[in-house]
Amino acid sequence: MSTATGYNFAYLDEQSKRMIRRAILKGVAIPGYQVPFGGREMPLPHGWGTGGMQVTASVIGEADKLKVIDQGADDTTNAVSIRRFFAHTAGVETTEQTAEATLIQTRHRIPERPLQADQILIYQVPIPEPLRFIEPRESETRKMHALSEYGAMQVKLYEDVARFGHIATSYDYPVMVNNRYMMDPSPIPKFDNPKMSMMPALQLFGAGFEKRIYAVPPFTQVESLDFDDHPFEVQSWDEACAICGSDHSFLDEVITDDNGSKMFVCSDTDYCRERVEQGFVGTAADLPIAEVGTN
Amino acid sequence: MNTVVDLLTSASEWQDIAPLLSVRELNKFYAPGKGCGDINFDLYPGEVLGIVGESGSGKSTLLSCLSARLTPDSGNVIYNSEQFGEMDLYACEESMRRVLMRSEWGIVHQHARDGLRMNVSAGANIGERLMAVGERHYGDIRAKAEEWLTAVEIDTGRIDDRPSQFSGGMQQRLQIARNLVTHPKLVFMDEPTGGLDVSVQAKLLDLLRNLVSRLGLSVIIVTHDLAVARLLAHRLMVMRRGEVVETGLTDQVLDDPQHPYTQLLVSSILQN
Ligand SMILES: [Zn+2]
Repeated sequence: MSTATGYNFAYLDEQSKRMIRRAILKGVAIPGYQVPFGGREMPLPHGWGTGGMQVTASVIGEADKLKVIDQGADDTTNAVSIRRFFAHTAGVETTEQTAEATLIQTRHRIPERPLQADQILIYQVPIPEPLRFIEPRESETRKMHALSEYGAMQVKLYEDVARFGHIATSYDYPVMVNNRYMMDPSPIPKFDNPKMSMMPALQLFGAGFEKRIYAVPPFTQVESLDFDDHPFEVQSWDEACAICGSDHSFLDEVITDDNGSKMFVCSDTDYCRERVEQGFVGTAADLPIAEVGTN
Repeated sequence: MNTVVDLLTSASEWQDIAPLLSVRELNKFYAPGKGCGDINFDLYPGEVLGIVGESGSGKSTLLSCLSARLTPDSGNVIYNSEQFGEMDLYACEESMRRVLMRSEWGIVHQHARDGLRMNVSAGANIGERLMAVGERHYGDIRAKAEEWLTAVEIDTGRIDDRPSQFSGGMQQRLQIARNLVTHPKLVFMDEPTGGLDVSVQAKLLDLLRNLVSRLGLSVIIVTHDLAVARLLAHRLMVMRRGEVVETGLTDQVLDDPQHPYTQLLVSSILQN
């Protein structure tokens, strides 16, 4: 299949797509298990998240509507570039609205609006191996996964509590998938971890550099590690979103002027916009959204 | 010459007890004369067996084979496990061997960095085995880590320091604590005092001897140092060029060596 642009549909060659689809199917069959994949590299600049791009290119169809977020926002350079890339090479429609999207490629966040069964969430993953920090040998980490030897992972949390008095890990917070495989959820805030569990949408993870794909199928249990006496907790804020007044979304701190004044706003720009449309207001309601950059 | 098995069956104190570890016809050679062969012995609960010999005698190869870290060319190592019952180490699943290594067994390496995680705190080093066997209460893990630091005479104030900030002797003691925290039945030691100053060695040996007798540990210790062997081991196996040349009770072997090679070993230590 090819588009008018002269590229193969979604740029990636069909042979590579097939290899990646096989890896995805295997990943779905074994939730949380890292499946190696082959295939050609996507010739993209560093930082674009080639793993996520390869997965998106392999599952996208002509009828799909693609949303891309980076740090929760649709308007960052990265998100805009990736959206344009697929609009150009696959001729698909793109959207900034979570509710409308069939495919969502993400870096750093899970949308606030609960995802549905007909949606697929694709994560860009920098380092897929959660055990890497304690065990540099690949042969050994594979064995640890195969034999469910995850005591070493708890060491990371132990060190947190010993040093800070609580589990200070707030991003990349390790999870157990389906009570079997330890998984790195990619650098999302732990605030988003509970959303992964029993999610109706399919979640796919692509690590381009290490050539690994893993998946969390719909309605799969995902548990965040913790201690009995230091249970898992998500971040919370004393403030509400200055724009939409939300007291339940992940907030970014934004500097508003040269004097260092700051406010807190939703990191999920689409969610914030939707709430404003519904009539919710925050303390900075007089400021037009366009003037409030989230980065 | 009596074999160890002969000695033991004649020793009434062991008679009704099943061996913890039985080794039969074990062979492992990398090249002719390099490795170990024709190894047969039983280790009984609470026993400390010293394997002595010069470097290149095959004693470290043998220890690796006994502790499930190196597959022998032939022969059997039968271990009487609390969890699995009698098991042939190299006929069973690797997962079972690995469970043993983090629960019923301990391995104390000559170089602490082979047995410790240098990039995490002393407390985490001790706590890891507890977490590996399912302990999930931070307060309990921390309390046990402190208890074991005290047991190996490390100030509990150092619990959050990394092993890299410790002296060589402290690193060895931490390695011992990390192993003993899950109350193993059998501990393998490879030159545990090697590379340490004489005074540090003496202190470590004293500590090891007390822990071994207090906990009733079974130990297989490899050493080239006959003084270490004399202090810790009940029985000795003397190895030369991959073969056992003499076995017996420690005092017997060291005070009245029968094999010319053992006689040479003993006299060379006396000359020092
Ligand atoms: Zn908002």
